[in-house]
Amino acid sequence: MTITLNVNGQNHQVDAEPDTPLLYVLRDDLELNAAKYGCGLGQCGACTIMIDGKAALSCVTPLLVAEGREITTVEGLGTIENPGPIQQAFIEKQSAQCGYCIAGMMMSAAALLKHNPKPSDDDIRSALRTNLCRCGTHMRIMAAIKRASELMEQAAVPAATNRSAG
Amino acid sequence: MRFLRAISILLTLAVIAAVGFLLIGWRSEIPPDNQAANAQYPPDLVAKGAQLAAVGNCIACHTEPGQEAFAGGLPVPTPFGTLYSTNITPDPETGIGRWSEAAFVRAMREGVDREGNHLYPAFPYDHFTWVTGEDNKALYAFLMTREPVKATAPANDLVFPLQFRPLLVGWNLLFLREGGMQPDTSQSEEWNRGRYLAEGLGHCGACHTPRNAFGAEDRNHHFGGGEAEGWQAYAINASSHSPVPWTVDSIAFYLRNGWHELHGVSRGPMAEVTGNLGLLPDSDIRAIATYVASVMGEPSPERKEKGERLTRSFGNGGANITTAALDENKASADLSGHPGAAIYGAACATCHESGRPQPYGGLNFALSTAVNAPNPQNIVNVVMFGLPPGDGQPSAVMPAFGNTLNDRQVADLLGYLRARFSDQPAWTGLTDLVAKTRSGEYPVTVLASDGIERAPKNVGAKE
Repeated sequence: MTITLNVNGQNHQVDAEPDTPLLYVLRDDLELNAAKYGCGLGQCGACTIMIDGKAALSCVTPLLVAEGREITTVEGLGTIENPGPIQQAFIEKQSAQCGYCIAGMMMSAAALLKHNPKPSDDDIRSALRTNLCRCGTHMRIMAAIKRASELMEQAAVPAATNRSAG
Repeated sequence: MRFLRAISILLTLAVIAAVGFLLIGWRSEIPPDNQAANAQYPPDLVAKGAQLAAVGNCIACHTEPGQEAFAGGLPVPTPFGTLYSTNITPDPETGIGRWSEAAFVRAMREGVDREGNHLYPAFPYDHFTWVTGEDNKALYAFLMTREPVKATAPANDLVFPLQFRPLLVGWNLLFLREGGMQPDTSQSEEWNRGRYLAEGLGHCGACHTPRNAFGAEDRNHHFGGGEAEGWQAYAINASSHSPVPWTVDSIAFYLRNGWHELHGVSRGPMAEVTGNLGLLPDSDIRAIATYVASVMGEPSPERKEKGERLTRSFGNGGANITTAALDENKASADLSGHPGAAIYGAACATCHESGRPQPYGGLNFALSTAVNAPNPQNIVNVVMFGLPPGDGQPSAVMPAFGNTLNDRQVADLLGYLRARFSDQPAWTGLTDLVAKTRSGEYPVTVLASDGIERAPKNVGAKE
């Protein structure tokens, strides 16, 4: 079947079977390689993306359910030249060791920060409990998410000031 | 005149009835015992009480997740409004720190607190009335040696006129059968022990028996299936929908471990129960299994035959699973065009047809009570919310699909599972049910798959 996928704000025409995992389409057809293939069973979190602003596991998401939804991958959080606040925070805090889990961690963090801009440690642990890291950089990941929260707040303040001034 | 006389007679009768009601129901205050919480209790009695509290699953209702153990405050939604569980730590002001043992025993047997107020039967004193004096003594010693916590539960929010506690006298007259258990001499000692635990402190029927309009258990449908915290408590009598009939061995294994290779993992409120039962000796677990299996009775020859066939295909830790075994469970109708087929293929089959052993692999749906049950609520809950992993210990885990699938897609998937893996009639109203579950209009308690850490700590409770 041919379906239209909206990924990071852009529409793509994709020709694939309806039960193809979304992860395969993102990586193989759209060449968006941020989301990783880890376990293929929805248990490790390396393939986490956002669907309509909520964290979802792309390795167990059938392509057909993605039609008409807004899909976000790490490529949608910023670029190498102009990283977004979550990417900036993960760089600042040097949260990646091998890095394989980090794209998934960032997407779970992005979904968390969307509805909870000032998460507590418990909130972060709870939101990221399905993202596994084998290197043990959890404390740096926690620090990065707190830092991202600060960066997003700082970014939001001038805008708010402008609005009240205008 | 005749009209006025009729009114006055009615009024008089009403007043007499009300006064009579109050007299029958009136319970005196038991004087406070200011030494109760400071008294010394023998350690072995406290240890026995800990086991018994685990059987009673006291902590599940008397603790709010993330808060202090036994300090109460958990909202318990009922058809009559919301009740809040009480603080049963030995705090003298807000808990039971001034309760004598006699006051504790009266609460367990009659559902009346120390001050003489009737308690609501969400507290299952209709079961606890069976608990022996010896066991109450141990439970009392256990609770009085917990850390006292100052905590007052919010006021109950009940529909009028149920705030008026003396009304419970009527409920008790109708539904409370006081007095201990009379052993059934035609049955074994093990069976009688199991009955005592399951029907008394264990209060299995509080969830597994349907309730009538008064919120009391329907004795004509004992263990016929009920609900708890947004989950279906399956029928555990002859009308069990488990594809493989339960046996004493499988029930005992399930209660001990929280999973069984032919039945899957316990989750929802049952995960708390199996988590707690870890404290019990094997002999008690086996006794409960013996009793429950006898209530279920001998399965019909057809059920037995089907169960044996499924066991041949899926037993032995998944080692027997072959393509032929999987094909055997395909419905005769061609389901490849079913809108749920592609969702099942990508989202479910990788784990649920992998043949990986329980509890970490997905259960083949041919074995699933959830797919074969008359009410789809449990499988809706698991698809939407998954099985969150337990903290700091290996546990079953399943991703939540609530963010991935919309209401219609969940309904399509469940329709497919029902058509392919059961011979039961299709469920109706699935999309609506999924929408209500998603919105919280139908509230569901979602716990980590281990449900509860071993008593006396509950999930997330501070030590």
